[in-house]
Amino acid sequence: MGWFKRIKEGIRTPTTEKKETPEGLWYKCPKCSAVIPQEDFTEKFCVCDCGYHDKIDSATYFKILFDDNKFKELDANLTSGDPLNFTDTKKYVDRIKTTQKNTNLKDAVRTAVGKVDKQNLVIACMDFNFIGGSMGSVVGEKIARAIDYSIKNKIPFLMISKSGGARMMEAAFSLMQMAKTSAKLTLLAKAKIPYISLLTDPTTGGVTASYAMLGDINIAEPGALIAFAGPRVVKETIGKELPKGFQTSEFVLEHGFLDFIVSRDELKEKISFTLKYFNN
Amino acid sequence: MPVYLDFEEPIQILEEQLEEHLKLQDEKGVDTSKIIKEIQKKIKDTRKELYSNLTPWQRVQVSRHPERPYTLAYIKHITDGNFIELHGDRTVKDDKAMVGGFGMIEGHSVMLIGQQKGINTKMRQYRNFGMPNPEGYRKALRLMKLAEKFNKPVICFVDTPGAFPGLEAEERGQGEAIARNLFEMAQLQVPIIVVIIGEGASGGALGIGVGDKVFMMENTWYSVISPESCSSILWRSWDFKEQAAAALKLTSTDMLENKLVDGIIKEPVGGAHAAPKEAFDLVKKEILKHLPKLVEMDKDKLVEKRINKFCSMGVVVEK
Ligand SMILES: [Zn+2]
Repeated sequence: MGWFKRIKEGIRTPTTEKKETPEGLWYKCPKCSAVIPQEDFTEKFCVCDCGYHDKIDSATYFKILFDDNKFKELDANLTSGDPLNFTDTKKYVDRIKTTQKNTNLKDAVRTAVGKVDKQNLVIACMDFNFIGGSMGSVVGEKIARAIDYSIKNKIPFLMISKSGGARMMEAAFSLMQMAKTSAKLTLLAKAKIPYISLLTDPTTGGVTASYAMLGDINIAEPGALIAFAGPRVVKETIGKELPKGFQTSEFVLEHGFLDFIVSRDELKEKISFTLKYFNN
Repeated sequence: MPVYLDFEEPIQILEEQLEEHLKLQDEKGVDTSKIIKEIQKKIKDTRKELYSNLTPWQRVQVSRHPERPYTLAYIKHITDGNFIELHGDRTVKDDKAMVGGFGMIEGHSVMLIGQQKGINTKMRQYRNFGMPNPEGYRKALRLMKLAEKFNKPVICFVDTPGAFPGLEAEERGQGEAIARNLFEMAQLQVPIIVVIIGEGASGGALGIGVGDKVFMMENTWYSVISPESCSSILWRSWDFKEQAAAALKLTSTDMLENKLVDGIIKEPVGGAHAAPKEAFDLVKKEILKHLPKLVEMDKDKLVEKRINKFCSMGVVVEK
């Protein structure tokens, strides 16, 4: 990330809202190298003037989408078990505890229901900060329950994916979340409730190979990495440099797997229009 | 020349001894029958001993044994040769790493599908080492839908080191292809029996693995990642594959214990490759045990039960 200490003293007056971000920080865009005060960047939902979309968390997506940032969170208290008693260089339970403490999140997805331009919507949004947005039992279960909620209350479902794939520390349990979420989506489909899948940077592995690709419409933010196998693995497989733009949203759109690309500043408008279309 | 896995060294030594004694008897007329019998017994005992105490990593090794039978061998024996292979996904091409077609098992018409590995160096390449491209998954789905149309059960044999991570695979939507199969298999209106006969690596395996009954053969593995890749990612070194294999709980025993599969199919002592015919018969017997019951089930119930089974997988804590 392009974080570095501010060199010169700034002259801006911090407002109460601006106090949320640490003072004295600037953002450097990895794409165009522009240097922007962090507060300004945050206010623009982390989109640079050049169009670069940096990662944002579920809280920010909820803020962007839900009217007046009002929503009811679902199953907020689900946390991970440790079914395999997994230990690599660290115990999985410790990794979870540390991550929970550092991120103030329970796991890598949050689900909520609220209104988007006065239209009901259930949103499941992944948090990349939580072990790379990896999909384990909690992610699978919360998505499954959010879909149940959609079906029960006849409310459209939006999935915002942002994930490195399955969570290795839950091994086959995490693998089966792919089957689980996909199976649940068939019930949503049978109930004829719209499912919008938004793929953001990055969406890879088991998430791409399950719910992320199963939307009635699949949409993505610009420039997101969207892949089954990550670029490093593909590069090793073919033993050649990858073509420019490989596995970006634009590439995936061009190959027929996305309906459209939507920038963050138009996200609410486009989602709202889509809902209006389906709800009419 | 037989292929020995590293832990099979004691067997190798004994078999070499046996060879020498047989030669002695043949060429020099020395009567070694008594000692030959002893060695033969020792080989049998040693094999049994070794194979009843396999570590998870050793099981992974057995699952990849180059002489292990692959999907088409199972299909051939289970259908007694009553099988017609069908090709192509009707969109891009025919994927040689995924095979399928219809066949008869003791009077039942079934659709048989599976990843196929090559039996020698040349064929391994031809079969892309059992790593399907998206068109492989789409071919599998086409065959499943064909089976559904004519109300025939589906039997899937899983044996893959993973879906192919190539450039064209990405271009043609490997992720979408697997996702689509998970979605469609969940709702397929005919019974699906899945047998893991070798490697069950991640989404590439699950892509044909959503079944009413999912069985693992004794010496196979099934998980979200291979022990080697897990070692390289979590331990940041390739040297922890044994630990990773143990940590992933990827053996048939662990998977059954965690209720992520429905049963284990025993293998002959020394693994499926030691006595393939016996292995085929054991798989056939298990399939025939479940097929009639599944066929008789009400379709809505069947699908509901399948969906509920996968939806109950996962361990969460609710505070
Ligand atoms: Zn920029």
